[in-house]
Amino acid sequence: MTGEVLLQIKDLHVEGRAGDAWLPILRGIDLTLHRGEVLGVIGESGAGKSTLGLAAMGFARDGCRISGGDIRFDGIDLRQTPERGKRALRGRRIAYVAQSAAASFNPAHKLIDQYSEVPLLTGMARRTAQAEAVALYRKMQLPNPEEIGFRYPHQVSGGQLQRAMTAMAMACHPDLIIFDEPTTALDVTTQIEVLAAIRDIVRDYDTAAIYITHDLAVVAQMADRIKILLRGQEVEEADTRTMLAAPKADYTKSLWAVRSFARPERPAPKEAPLLSVQGVTAGYGKIDILKDVSFDIPAGRTVAVVGESGSGKSTVARVITGLLPPRGGQVLLDGVPLPQDYRARPRALLRQCQMIYQMADTALNPKLRLRDLIGRPAQMYLGLSGRALDARVRDLLALIELEPDSYIDRLPSELSGGQKQRIGIARALAAEPRLIICDEVTSALDQIVQEGILRLLDKLQRELGLAYMFITHDLATVRAIADDVVVMQHGKVVEAGPKAEIFAPPHAPYTELLLSSVPEMNPDWLTGVLQRRQ
Amino acid sequence: MGVMIFLACAIVASIPLSWGARRVMAAVLPRNMARVARDMPLTAAFGIMVIAVYLFVALFAPLLAPFPERAVVGSQFQPWDSTHWLGTDRLGRDMLSRLIYGARNTVGIAFATTALAFLVGSVLGIWAALRGGWLDQVLSRFVDALMAIPALIFSLLLLTIFGTSVLTLILVIAAVDATRVFRIARSVAQGVVVMDYIEAARLRGEGTAYLIGREILPNALAPLVAEFGLRFCFVFLTISSLSFLGLGIQPPTADWGSMVRDNATLITFGDVTPLLPAGAIALLTVAVNFVVDWQLYRASGLKEQAG
Repeated sequence: MTGEVLLQIKDLHVEGRAGDAWLPILRGIDLTLHRGEVLGVIGESGAGKSTLGLAAMGFARDGCRISGGDIRFDGIDLRQTPERGKRALRGRRIAYVAQSAAASFNPAHKLIDQYSEVPLLTGMARRTAQAEAVALYRKMQLPNPEEIGFRYPHQVSGGQLQRAMTAMAMACHPDLIIFDEPTTALDVTTQIEVLAAIRDIVRDYDTAAIYITHDLAVVAQMADRIKILLRGQEVEEADTRTMLAAPKADYTKSLWAVRSFARPERPAPKEAPLLSVQGVTAGYGKIDILKDVSFDIPAGRTVAVVGESGSGKSTVARVITGLLPPRGGQVLLDGVPLPQDYRARPRALLRQCQMIYQMADTALNPKLRLRDLIGRPAQMYLGLSGRALDARVRDLLALIELEPDSYIDRLPSELSGGQKQRIGIARALAAEPRLIICDEVTSALDQIVQEGILRLLDKLQRELGLAYMFITHDLATVRAIADDVVVMQHGKVVEAGPKAEIFAPPHAPYTELLLSSVPEMNPDWLTGVLQRRQ
Repeated sequence: MGVMIFLACAIVASIPLSWGARRVMAAVLPRNMARVARDMPLTAAFGIMVIAVYLFVALFAPLLAPFPERAVVGSQFQPWDSTHWLGTDRLGRDMLSRLIYGARNTVGIAFATTALAFLVGSVLGIWAALRGGWLDQVLSRFVDALMAIPALIFSLLLLTIFGTSVLTLILVIAAVDATRVFRIARSVAQGVVVMDYIEAARLRGEGTAYLIGREILPNALAPLVAEFGLRFCFVFLTISSLSFLGLGIQPPTADWGSMVRDNATLITFGDVTPLLPAGAIALLTVAVNFVVDWQLYRASGLKEQAG
């Protein structure tokens, strides 16, 4: 890539307000982007990736300010340009694609009307704008490109919405597009389609792009160069292949090594399963979400339930916990059928099976201190109180590797994302259960934090003999932690068995699709997969 | 003109007073509360100060008032002088004393009423949101039916049926106001009950009381507190309107609302005395809302930090 320089950022400082003080978010970032080049920006959450992406448009979020440095877009000094001038650039010459398309579209307007907004502002006729929209939709490989634009955002799927958003960003043939985690919220099978579409369109239009993500394998497919951020500073920047082959900084090496965690194989147990799901059919209203689902969870082992969203994997958990009484079939614990409704289960039974949620933010009551959050199950189920309860809470905090004295009286808002998830684990452990259902517990976390959580869960399993039911769409997680795997699609079990069997060929067709959709660190992976599928 | 100058002076004087009140609170309160007090805005300090003064006056009314509440101690409509600082009313009762006792009656009754309305309204509202189904339908439709009747007419009806003691007054206004609180509590709680932590608590086998009191109420508090400030002021007005119609606080009990009406004739002679009880209501209203605003700001500020 030796085109002319399009975006030049020098010594950029951005600060965020915290009470009365300004804390640095970005500390002296340099960035050079040539025409038609794709730069990947990687970092954990809080590293300042999104802030950098927005600053490239001369924008700072509410409560933030650009406090120093120089941003030049195609020779225009964005820091000196008044708001009017910057508005004229945005949407026309610089576009932005946000992480959650569902949250970024206005639910009250049709897709094509939202697409047309900027083109109409530039003086294009509505008919021309719509014709271009259809062409772009076709290019983005959206189904029914003629018609899909006339739907409302809630009438199309998440992956389609993300592509529609990219099409919208492309509307005015911008020189620069900023992608902020555009596929993070998508399933692997959908992600691959969106990635391919984005990559092709960026190439065809010769648009420069900044691709922000925390997923290394994804960025390896998309970017020409990769820049790694840590706490607002650059760790290193290099050409993608160089970076993947020979990372220099220790931090980068640790990022690369994250996926190395894998638990050793264990022999299959002989005794009867702890929990057995037998022929369960369940759903909401008249629609069956689960159709004749059966699998076992042996004591002390991890069963991963894998599938894309809508496959019914979370619904299985709701049936097991008794939130959704099934229409047919039953759930056995130690060979004894569980009452279908959780309200009919005595506390002793409720205690056996605990749950850890995907979003620790909504799973922990924000107004309760950790002492009460963790202490309550111990108080209810084990009858602990006073000093015994305090000691138990401290034990649990120590068990999840948080310093008891400094954490016991904190509120959830005073914790990081990974720490919150640890509290979720501690709360489940406080009941001293035999089975813990983990519903996508790591998918909202950064990779390094994810690995910490997985290691912790593994350690707890070995120490306490817990069984896990691990609901996830992330096959890397499955590889790391599962003993047995259940693959689900459209509410049915497609394949089930020990991990080694599932991951070794021959696969069921859906398992094959799922496995081949997991991005690999190899920069040629996406091209290869697409070729093989054709 | 004189009134304007007086108001301006009062506002200017309240600034150092509020500042002093904040310093005193920061010094007197235990450590973690003192930190909160130090950081609060002057308006909130002013509000707390005014509320504290009202509470003090209401509690120690018999000691502070120079004359008894109901005794006729002079001739009618005496002007302000050294014995009767604020003059006398149309029956010759001491105005200042009645104003002081009025704090006790009006504020006490309004507070009791609002508190009761919130207790009943928010517990039922949250319960309805939590249970859903037929219970929610029955309660909500019942509340809708009650709200369909104009509040004042409905109160008049109930007071006519049950008589006009202070207790029935409190119960009736609380019942009418509880319907409004119910609707707010229910809609706020509906946003909270879908959270995973409520599901977790249900699966743990928690009872309804724990769910309402510990899991939902703390998270629904901010809008309810804001509503409390408003309702508190509305209840004043309701009591005053009812007094005006003869069904509120019964004479000879001193009440700010009826005091305005009783002495309204004086206004035509350019005397501000009848407006003093109205001013007392206005000042308390402002003070309560200052404190409520501050609490709301604090609640939302914490949310920003979490996000």
